[in-house]
Amino acid sequence: MQTDKNLLKDLTPEIEKTSTSWYIVFSVFFIIFAVGVYGLIQQITKGHIVTGMRDNVVWGVFIVNFIFFMGLSYAGAILSGALHLFHTAWRRPVIRLAELITVISLVIGPFFIFFCIGRLDRLYYLFIYPRIQSPITWDVIAIMTDLVGCFIYLYLSFIEDFAILRDYKELDVPNWKKKVYKTLSLGFTGTPAQKKIISSAKTIMATMIIAIAIIVYSVLSWIFGVTLQPGWHSTIFGPYFVISAVFSGTAIMIILMWIFRKIYNLEKYITLRHFKNLGVLLIVIAAFYGYFTFSDYLTKWYGSIKMDSLLIDKLFSDYSWLFIFANYVGILLPIVIIGLPRFRTIRNITISAVIALIALWINRYLIVVPTLETPFLPIQDSREAWNIYSPTWVEWSLTFAGISVFGMLFMLVSKIAPIISISEMQEIDEEELLK
Amino acid sequence: MDEINNNDTKSNSRRSFLKKFGIGVGIASVASVAGFSLAKGNNGNSYSGDMVKLLTPDGKLVEVPKEAIQAVKLDTDKMKEEARKGLSGKKFVMVIDLAKCKNARKCVDACQEGHMLPKDHEWIKLYLLQENSETSRYWFPRPCFHCDKPMCVSVCPVGATYKRHDGIVLVDNERCIGCKFCMTGCPYSARVFNWKDPEVKMPEGHVYDPELTIPPIEGTVGKCVFCADRARKNELPRCATACPMGVIYFGDLYEDTVTNGVETVRFKKLLADRGGYRYREDLGTLPSVFYLPPTQRMFPVERGIDNQTDEIKERYKKAGPR
Ligand code: SF4
Ligand code: SF4
Repeated sequence: MQTDKNLLKDLTPEIEKTSTSWYIVFSVFFIIFAVGVYGLIQQITKGHIVTGMRDNVVWGVFIVNFIFFMGLSYAGAILSGALHLFHTAWRRPVIRLAELITVISLVIGPFFIFFCIGRLDRLYYLFIYPRIQSPITWDVIAIMTDLVGCFIYLYLSFIEDFAILRDYKELDVPNWKKKVYKTLSLGFTGTPAQKKIISSAKTIMATMIIAIAIIVYSVLSWIFGVTLQPGWHSTIFGPYFVISAVFSGTAIMIILMWIFRKIYNLEKYITLRHFKNLGVLLIVIAAFYGYFTFSDYLTKWYGSIKMDSLLIDKLFSDYSWLFIFANYVGILLPIVIIGLPRFRTIRNITISAVIALIALWINRYLIVVPTLETPFLPIQDSREAWNIYSPTWVEWSLTFAGISVFGMLFMLVSKIAPIISISEMQEIDEEELLK
Repeated sequence: MDEINNNDTKSNSRRSFLKKFGIGVGIASVASVAGFSLAKGNNGNSYSGDMVKLLTPDGKLVEVPKEAIQAVKLDTDKMKEEARKGLSGKKFVMVIDLAKCKNARKCVDACQEGHMLPKDHEWIKLYLLQENSETSRYWFPRPCFHCDKPMCVSVCPVGATYKRHDGIVLVDNERCIGCKFCMTGCPYSARVFNWKDPEVKMPEGHVYDPELTIPPIEGTVGKCVFCADRARKNELPRCATACPMGVIYFGDLYEDTVTNGVETVRFKKLLADRGGYRYREDLGTLPSVFYLPPTQRMFPVERGIDNQTDEIKERYKKAGPR
């Protein structure tokens, strides 16, 4: 197989040698991660008392992070699946990014559930005493299915690249890496028959993971939806969660595109066009997401059901700033910035994406916490922490540890595999030649 | 409850008490050992002749020589199995008379003592409620409602929370993984979490039993157990006996009787006469705890605050219509 050497060098900047900045950034991430580990040790030895969670707000930032990372993952799956199915040429440099987001967040997300569980040592009870009535059991099944599906999909897209790396004789990497490429490429040599198999397998998997992602994220939303709690007991939650997942997924893609483009000098491959296309997707989704948010809160606010009114009152008083940021600024600002052509620069689109992402995290927080602070029987407690939830350093340290693991995993992948799919990029050249 | 039951149900419940602790099995084996030994005794090696009467699991009274009796180990598996099943032919209900409650908090103390709870864990909690600004405030003791359609049971992923034949909902703290889903599921905030090691000193050789839930285990949930251990012995729950006002009635729906330890009344008639209701019927959880409305109260509501410590007073600062 012939591969353009420059292309290969550009797309695998970290495979041959490691730059100093790689080490620096990695160490920073690692230190943040280590602090998180220390927090976790505190939590395990002293008990969950070191978190801000108490009897009323039994789920806090951990669950918010869980929903958030799972959302990123499912969105990555939906996006990469969709990008694969619609044979647009511009998708090629960014499709790998979506696939990596899917798998990496899927690995991180469940850890936040583990942090939230009081008896981690009994986690395997989920498998030896499962009860199918419980939405948690549904979720266990769903996440496992999704893990398998996404790994297969990611691997399929890697096979051709591994073959290219294997065949690239001058590649200056240690022998073990060459062996890894050899094994992982499964004897792929690029014959038409092989190409056809991989391509149709990818199409099947792309369709499947879109479906799985939608189902699985709805299942997650039902953990909240099936309860009787005000604000959670809502039929809209399934689609609402899926839409907001795609919203956050598009935002994180834009942000990562910006980062990768900067640090690995990929300006040639990731262009304004990509930012514009994903930006437009972001605002379309933002409109849908805003619509869902609006209809959910409007029906709660307009009626006079006592518990709903209490919740809305709380959102508009104690949480008013967060509410405004999450549900007005976070939706409208991206629409305005990206919607008006003259603001549509790479930097502005990225800024909108950052705002959208933070707003979405806060939106999740506003779904989880205020509801738990508004139980049917009023909270009558003299202990401050029992009345109002405020996360402690342990919860924040683990949150940031999660983000740094996200970064670290991306960096590790860049050491072994191309961050932009080489095989996809090659096909562009071929297509262009044909024109 | 003793006075309302005839002898038959009494011995029934005693039998189920023995059966639960696996003692029945133990005695059966003692008897067989005794039989063997007696045969030997006839060959010259005889027992002193002191006999002891014992009740076998199937309700027969037998006599065995004193020497042949050995202590048997509790059959914990059997015990747990019985704690899962509950008492057959019973459906426990509680009636709480809000008209009499004055926030004496004796129920809370008795419960905490009986279940070795840390002081800040309240399985029965006292709320100061007011429906709206026109109506008056009243004290509202809230145990677990032992719902007939319990959300907590439906959502538990490992079956640590379960509903028994007799209507009691229990938590097996040796099974619970601490996911707290039941706490978000329960609409009545009836559950508490052991956020840290409760540090209770256990008597030597104590075995965990979900009916008593002693000791509380770190990282798992606890809640009112309707004093299932006492119900098995045909006794009233600790809160009911402790209440100086006789607010809490407990009994069996099938027998249609409830008692607060002083008076025994017909359950259905009591509800009918006093306009009994269940808290938030609209949620459809079908509680086993009924309330009698706070009418013609003997004490002003403020009494329940005035005599309390600052900590308790603090709780009700913001209590009002909601
Ligand atoms: S009151 Fe709550 S904890 Fe008790 S049975 Fe009902 S749902 Fe479960
Ligand atoms: S916290 Fe324990 S009892 Fe409650 S749902 Fe989870 S496993 Fe079941």
